[in-house]
Amino acid sequence: MENITVKINGVELEVPKGTTVLEAAHMAGFEIPTLCYMKEINEIGACRICVTEVNEGRGFRLVAGCVYPCSDKMEILTSSPKVIESRKKTLELILSTHDRKCLSCVRSGNCELQKLAKDYGVEDATKYDGVKNEYEVDNSAPHMYRDNNKCILCRRCVAVCAKTQGIGVIGANERGFKTYIGSAFDMGLGETSCVSCGQCIAVCPVGALSEKDYTKEVMAAIADPEKTVLVQTAPAVRAGLGECFGNPIGTNAEGKMVAALRRLGFDKVFDTDFSADLTIMEEANEFLDRFTNGGTLPLITSCSPGWIKFCEHYYPDLLDHLSSCKSPQQMFGATAKTYWAQKMGIDPKNIVMVSIMPCTAKKFEIGRPDQSAAGVPDVDYALTTRELGRMIERAGILFNSLPEEKFDDPLGISTGAAVIFGATGGVMEAALRTAVYTLTGENVTDLPEVRGTKDIKEATYNVAGNEVNVIVTSGLANARKVLDSIRDGSCKAQFIEIMACPGGCVNGGGQPQVPMGIRNFVDIREERAKVLYNLDKSMPLRQSHENPAIKKVYEEFFEKPGSHKAHEVLHTSYVKRKVNEI
Amino acid sequence: MNSAKSTVPFKGTPEQEAELLKVIEEKKNDKGSLMPILQKAQEIYGYLPIEVQAIISDNTGIPLEKIYGVVTFYAQFSLYPKGEYTISVCLGTACYVKGSGDIYNKLQEKLGIGGGECTPDGKFSLDACRCIGACGLAPVLTVNEDVYGRLTVDDVDKILEKYA
Repeated sequence: MENITVKINGVELEVPKGTTVLEAAHMAGFEIPTLCYMKEINEIGACRICVTEVNEGRGFRLVAGCVYPCSDKMEILTSSPKVIESRKKTLELILSTHDRKCLSCVRSGNCELQKLAKDYGVEDATKYDGVKNEYEVDNSAPHMYRDNNKCILCRRCVAVCAKTQGIGVIGANERGFKTYIGSAFDMGLGETSCVSCGQCIAVCPVGALSEKDYTKEVMAAIADPEKTVLVQTAPAVRAGLGECFGNPIGTNAEGKMVAALRRLGFDKVFDTDFSADLTIMEEANEFLDRFTNGGTLPLITSCSPGWIKFCEHYYPDLLDHLSSCKSPQQMFGATAKTYWAQKMGIDPKNIVMVSIMPCTAKKFEIGRPDQSAAGVPDVDYALTTRELGRMIERAGILFNSLPEEKFDDPLGISTGAAVIFGATGGVMEAALRTAVYTLTGENVTDLPEVRGTKDIKEATYNVAGNEVNVIVTSGLANARKVLDSIRDGSCKAQFIEIMACPGGCVNGGGQPQVPMGIRNFVDIREERAKVLYNLDKSMPLRQSHENPAIKKVYEEFFEKPGSHKAHEVLHTSYVKRKVNEI
Repeated sequence: MNSAKSTVPFKGTPEQEAELLKVIEEKKNDKGSLMPILQKAQEIYGYLPIEVQAIISDNTGIPLEKIYGVVTFYAQFSLYPKGEYTISVCLGTACYVKGSGDIYNKLQEKLGIGGGECTPDGKFSLDACRCIGACGLAPVLTVNEDVYGRLTVDDVDKILEKYA
């Protein structure tokens, strides 16, 4: 690649040809602010907050730094008075139609617009006050709100929905000043084929998109002496929660998280990792059954409710390929309200099952049919990592000074196979560990072929003389490619893992929002996944079938994987949906 | 949320659908085919209600929202059919100064529809138009081919009665 020389704020730098002004400035140690820009996903140069002065021999002029390519001998000024003035004016104009209720805004404190207004010294946000558009808040979806009064039309949500997820249920309607982001025919999001993945929320720079918050309801349940309130935490939460309290991306917050949950007053602090191990027992058994008895193959994992809803809307003809296993969240609730409730002599009606999830689709999942093993919903409240962060903060718990504590027994016991569920490839790896053991008696641990953030990972394993082809993918636009190959018959795999969110749950729609200025340069999927793989490596038991609590639950309750009882409690069914329900 | 779905019952025929499907089949693999497909669809149906946009979405794989975004961006596309009687109120400078805005508002109120829409019985549709060259008669409106001038807000009821 040919290199060119640029001078940024007086600093000379050699960069590859094709480097944008934004990237070059970053290399030189200068941040150019952005609002609409998302690397490779939303490069539309629309918001103009990244304007930068460049001189290509014809004098300095303002360009959109996020998309403007460097040229040889270009001079760049990233914070000249003219640049600052222009950015400030853009901010004032954005704020002129913005609902400036920062005090009550869910994003106050980590809002990208608020930070810029502060950085650029916007003195009077009402400078250009005039006609304002007013919008009704869309609360039709089970998992989130859209408040267009706070929307700045950056279109990051639109891009992530259409491009990363291959769905496109939101977009820009009307034109000019009347432009707003919404769904076709102003349908509420809940009436569309939205899959509830929440990636739109994760990329929203402001408070226009947020999950439905159930922290008050959970705190009320904790305060109710009649109720036994249990909490389970998904693997990926421990890899993200620390960020809510100023810790670097990739901090393992497991021990402090457990301590915080106990201090919030939950009666038992359990771990979804337990039911991840349980999922593996059921799913590995289901795979081996289909593999040896000629069932529908490839088998596709069913842990990700966003993926499930996607399949129901867009590939209803492939529903037979889905594993009938409930997700670990639901298996956990089902087991807690049957097995554990019986064991403890507690009426399941008095158990409130709360889950902490990196996910917004889990809020949709808890309301699905066929998810009430004890006659009451398996899970009562699914909170995101962000909601837990808010609860801890509100309770005045000094998170970073907490001791490291351990989960409660027995539903807090888990293996390394379970904790990697939170990263793309983790379910496949965990299932293979147990499937290989079942067929050969051999213990395998590390399967690097299925790890990492590559869009589609394929691997072939030789297990007891059989060739097993597997595919792992995440992000629903990637999933489409794999599913199309099943449809046209070219797919060779027998076992497929699909996660709705790119990189898996560590990058779920319920995880702490990371400013795009950081996300454009740091792969948060990788950093958070490292936490989980390190945990796996450090655990004494790394295979689901070795989990003593799992052995016991089969002995005492489920008998064996795939038993009648297991089917009643741990498995579910799916519904055919359409793309355009009109 | 107030849906923008038309309240006028959709009266598309199988022949119209077959014609649209043929157009989609011909064009769907071309780059930038959405605009020409939408133009043809509007020619066939006269407007682009959700039923028509859904046919296009289902047969091209283009998300319904993307189609709707394009339809609402361009003034050439309409979400509503034309009524038996098309009322056009001139909002050109002369008419507007003479109070055509109030007449337009009164019509919206009387008919219970917004500009560009059609009453649920299919009888009246309402549009704003620019100067029709009859500034001497300002404010002016037309109902199909009939021209009414020198209007006041009170004339609206009488005009509507004529077509009732």
